Amino acid sequence: MSKLSPVLSAHWDEADSFTIDGYRRNGGYNAAKTALDMDADAVIQLVKDSGLRGRGGAGFPTGMKWGFIPQNDGKDHYLVVNADESEPGTCKDMPLLMANPHSLIEGIIIASYAIRANYAFIYLRGEVVHVYRRVQQAIQDAYAAGLLGKNINGKGFDLELVLHAGAGAYICGEETALLDSLEGFRGQPRLRPPFPAIAGLYARPTVVNNVESIASVPAIIANGVEWFQSMGTEKSKGFTLYSLSGHVKNPGQFEAPLGITLRELLEMAGGMREGHELKFWTPGGSSTPMFTQEHLDVPLDYEGVGAAGSMLGTKALQIFDETTCVVRAVLRWTEFYKHESCGKCTPCREGTWWLVQALKELEAGRGTSADLDKLLDIVDNIAGRSFCALADGAASPIVSSMKYFRTEYQRHLDLGSCPFDPIASTLFAGVHS
Amino acid sequence: MSYSSENIATMDSIIARYPRKRSAIMPLLHFVQAIDGFVTSDGIELIAKKLELETAEVTAVSTFYTQYKSEPVGEYHVGVCINTLCAVMGGDEIYKSVSDHLGIGNDEVTKDGKVSLERIECNAACDYAPVVMVNWEFFDNQTPQSVKDLVDGARTGNPPAPTRGPKSLRTWKENSAVLAGISDGLAGEGVSAGEPSKLGLKLSKEGK
Repeated sequence: MSKLSPVLSAHWDEADSFTIDGYRRNGGYNAAKTALDMDADAVIQLVKDSGLRGRGGAGFPTGMKWGFIPQNDGKDHYLVVNADESEPGTCKDMPLLMANPHSLIEGIIIASYAIRANYAFIYLRGEVVHVYRRVQQAIQDAYAAGLLGKNINGKGFDLELVLHAGAGAYICGEETALLDSLEGFRGQPRLRPPFPAIAGLYARPTVVNNVESIASVPAIIANGVEWFQSMGTEKSKGFTLYSLSGHVKNPGQFEAPLGITLRELLEMAGGMREGHELKFWTPGGSSTPMFTQEHLDVPLDYEGVGAAGSMLGTKALQIFDETTCVVRAVLRWTEFYKHESCGKCTPCREGTWWLVQALKELEAGRGTSADLDKLLDIVDNIAGRSFCALADGAASPIVSSMKYFRTEYQRHLDLGSCPFDPIASTLFAGVHS
Repeated sequence: MSYSSENIATMDSIIARYPRKRSAIMPLLHFVQAIDGFVTSDGIELIAKKLELETAEVTAVSTFYTQYKSEPVGEYHVGVCINTLCAVMGGDEIYKSVSDHLGIGNDEVTKDGKVSLERIECNAACDYAPVVMVNWEFFDNQTPQSVKDLVDGARTGNPPAPTRGPKSLRTWKENSAVLAGISDGLAGEGVSAGEPSKLGLKLSKEGK
């Protein structure tokens, strides 16, 4: 029996999987019908009971988030879907939206009904025009089919859905920065509390959920809590998309029950590219501390990865072999955090700048081992000292690489240069070492 | 630049999508780029007037986001991903070779105005690395040679089609209009998913 469990990706091999007809042919929009026949509180309870946790990185229980929205408060409520996928290595929501946008729209109908929102937004990163087209068409078709707009399915429930393109700012994936951006401001994180459930979009109660979290809801409604709980581990229930990229033979998307290991996933990806071996990898994007060969059997669920010293994050498994210079990899990620720091908090804005300076010197083999300690000292002064987790993310690759590969940093200093040939790491270097 | 009454009507329709009009600022900026090619001061003034904001407030938003350009870009804006995964897989070599080939650097445009170049961060297609985006369309698994061919084609008005996208590559302005929410009717073109996206599904069907 396969270790995989395609649900969201089950029909991506059909030429019209992204159309409303393709989606309906496979049972699409039946779950919305079921949900709209239920009491809204019962929908929230069902999602709570399923154990679904946020698939965007933090793993917060989705149903609990919905339950935080105050009811009968006389205020407008909003649902905002975070489709600003841009954590380095993360590449699951974009193919999902390109191949199966209606699963998100159906999830939005259900979630909005549950939290009593009559307005929902999809905040989609701006650098993916074809994904925008697919989602936009799906929304138009859903309106035409009476699945959005006034009196959906004749049940007296109204929902407007707006697709909103971002414009190239990683920080807008942070939920409060996303809300500021959607309100028409620079996308900078807000101080919490108040949390979005109390004062979110336009200071109204708002749920912000990741694409995959919301898109998973219709399947849970359709197949039930028991079915969902039959997959995954004790505290990490269900299925999810794992994305393998880098130095594997066959990179790609693998939808599997939570708790699968990299060893199992690697086997499905055909193993490492010929003649090479695993050196380091990220379990869930660059902001999650890196792992090495010794972590091949860590269960990839929220608890397993956490216990091993990292985070499940976005399940973006970036795989690097022994040709890759870890200092170069970390420098490049650090340049990313510097570029994407929104500038609001001084420790992050200034600290990421200094980290880049320090790492550039180290990669070039200039400096002394005291500079390695200085690097960690800067990290200590930025992690946990800002409004949001961007600086914490910047700290992760540095701290974890120093933990596992300090000798490699030292080797740069001993040699006075980088000991690696970057060409050997490329896709077009051929498969032979 | 001056804006036609049709342009103004489109802007009004963009504003009408939102419960509060200030939320329309981002699609309006994309729309100005669709008309002018970049965020012009005329465009900023018009948005400010429409949203009852100061021009400084609109400028503050525009300059925060890297997709809004304060100077013209090429008809084909080429973004080479140089975040770690793509860089390691060949993005660095691709960037260097296409930069040398065109004789332009980061955020620069060829003299004929056809091609501009940008070092971009992760674009959510890591299983297709190294990735190049042209006018924010996916060009997967690129090589230095394929990108040289791509820009040569673009300069002679015959760019290749995106790997996962419409049948033919649209211009910067045309795609900016899409991001403003103006449909070009091309959603049905292109594959549902690329091969790597379908790999897990394929293996599960084989019982693996």
